[in-house]
Amino acid sequence: MKRPAPTNARNIRLWQAALLIGLFAVWHVLTQPGLVPPLFFDNDRQAAFFFGEPLKIFSRVWVWFVRDADIYRHLAITLTETLLAFGIGSVLGLAAGLWLALAPTASAILEPYITALNSMPRIILAPIFAVWFGLGIASKVALGVTLVFFIVFFNVYQGVKEVSPVVLASARMLGANQKQLLRHVYLPSATSWVFSSLHTSVGLAFVGAVVGEYLGSSQGVGYLILQAEGSFDINTVMAGILVLTGFALLLDMLVGRIERRLMKWQPREAQTETL
Amino acid sequence: MTAPALALSGVACTFTSRDDPGQRYTAVQDVTLTVGAGEFVAVVGPTGCGKSTLLNVAAGLLAPSAGSVSVFGEPLAGLNRRAGYMFQADSLMPWRTAQQNVMAGLEFRGMPLPQARHEADDWLKRVGLGGFGNRYPHQLSGGMRKRTALAQTLALDPDIILMDEPFSALDIQTRQLMENEVLALWQAKKKAVLFITHDLDEAIAMSDGVVVMSAGPASRPIGAFDVDLARPRDVAEIKTSPRFVELHAAIWAVLRDEVLKGYAQQLQAVAT
Repeated sequence: MKRPAPTNARNIRLWQAALLIGLFAVWHVLTQPGLVPPLFFDNDRQAAFFFGEPLKIFSRVWVWFVRDADIYRHLAITLTETLLAFGIGSVLGLAAGLWLALAPTASAILEPYITALNSMPRIILAPIFAVWFGLGIASKVALGVTLVFFIVFFNVYQGVKEVSPVVLASARMLGANQKQLLRHVYLPSATSWVFSSLHTSVGLAFVGAVVGEYLGSSQGVGYLILQAEGSFDINTVMAGILVLTGFALLLDMLVGRIERRLMKWQPREAQTETL
Repeated sequence: MTAPALALSGVACTFTSRDDPGQRYTAVQDVTLTVGAGEFVAVVGPTGCGKSTLLNVAAGLLAPSAGSVSVFGEPLAGLNRRAGYMFQADSLMPWRTAQQNVMAGLEFRGMPLPQARHEADDWLKRVGLGGFGNRYPHQLSGGMRKRTALAQTLALDPDIILMDEPFSALDIQTRQLMENEVLALWQAKKKAVLFITHDLDEAIAMSDGVVVMSAGPASRPIGAFDVDLARPRDVAEIKTSPRFVELHAAIWAVLRDEVLKGYAQQLQAVAT
């Protein structure tokens, strides 16, 4: 992707903001009772009931974050679950990927099981995890781990399989033993693949946490949404979704930062500092 | 007489296809080759004649189907620990800086890191890359990557240096510079070198002896020539000396038929 010139980039940001404001404006006009005559509904309150009203949604977010300031506890729980799921899932995926990629017999034996586990719709494990680990953080982390694990696992497995044979032979000729090969060749090569999947796996850890909360919990943003749904409070549901989306974006940005910091050995297209 | 640094006797390499074991391909056959200590031997041959296979055998990366390899009189089993290998393709670890790449071998051998770093910097300076130590391979040009790889190989001070068309990817000017640098470094240390190339000029200009391989499959040496040109040499200047021209004509007479044979085979392979 070409990087646009700075003025161009600012214009693009402006357009993005305008689009967002426009979307909310259209939403507001179509749902505010009495503003336009009902187009699809019999009653001019129905649009607001089904789709919520942006102003009420924003006031809900305001109440959460500023007036009552009671969402932080829930957010902290959700983010903790996300980070734990991501961390544990990544480490397990990395370890399993390295092991199976370097042990052909084990990987041949386990291959159908891994395929089966991967193709299984793992979200349905959530109720089982709730029974095993209770309604607290652990069951959500477990769900997130099952989602993250396979993404990282497959990427590491692939990464180790695709280590350049020349680099590998060169390291061996330089005298690297098995352990040093693992640490200095396989691991760095695999990590680059882990990072390429980082955006997906952080997103999935987040999904695991929220879905887990949604299916049964006593705290977390998913829980707030579940509560609001129970009382047909569409505005709060929408506010919850908005907050989750915002934080997903924030997490994604953070991952991008870390990736750029750690993967500076990888060539990027925008980079022209060659000599 | 002391044992040669590297001796291949009766080496053959037959590859079988993993999917179809009936399909076999003999890359090299009946190769007997010696490189004395401190001797610079070049192997030339048409493309696809199994030159790289030979080098992998000498490095211990590939076990020969038949024949044996001995290193300073000892039969080779496993990796050749006394050899350094400069590969044709990029072999630097992309996640390490130039300095970290050069010190990799020292680090693997358990040298304390500060000392390894110091030696790596020395070597980088020697190959003309002082001050580029903190660059990653992708930030270096092709020639600089080759220099880094050269420093990486030589930093370990191997008794035998195996080089697989190390400069084939470089432009002609950079290539001559590198060839002269390698010669100067070799002159100072006098290691045994087995140098694979498809470029006859390069082979004669650099080596003490040229071995010509036949076209594959079942490629084997079909001629060996002593190169009695005076040292130190400049690879660009020596090409105009009468003795060089004479040697070139003699070796080319042997090589030409093989090159044509190899070329015809490749055309045939494409046609079928």
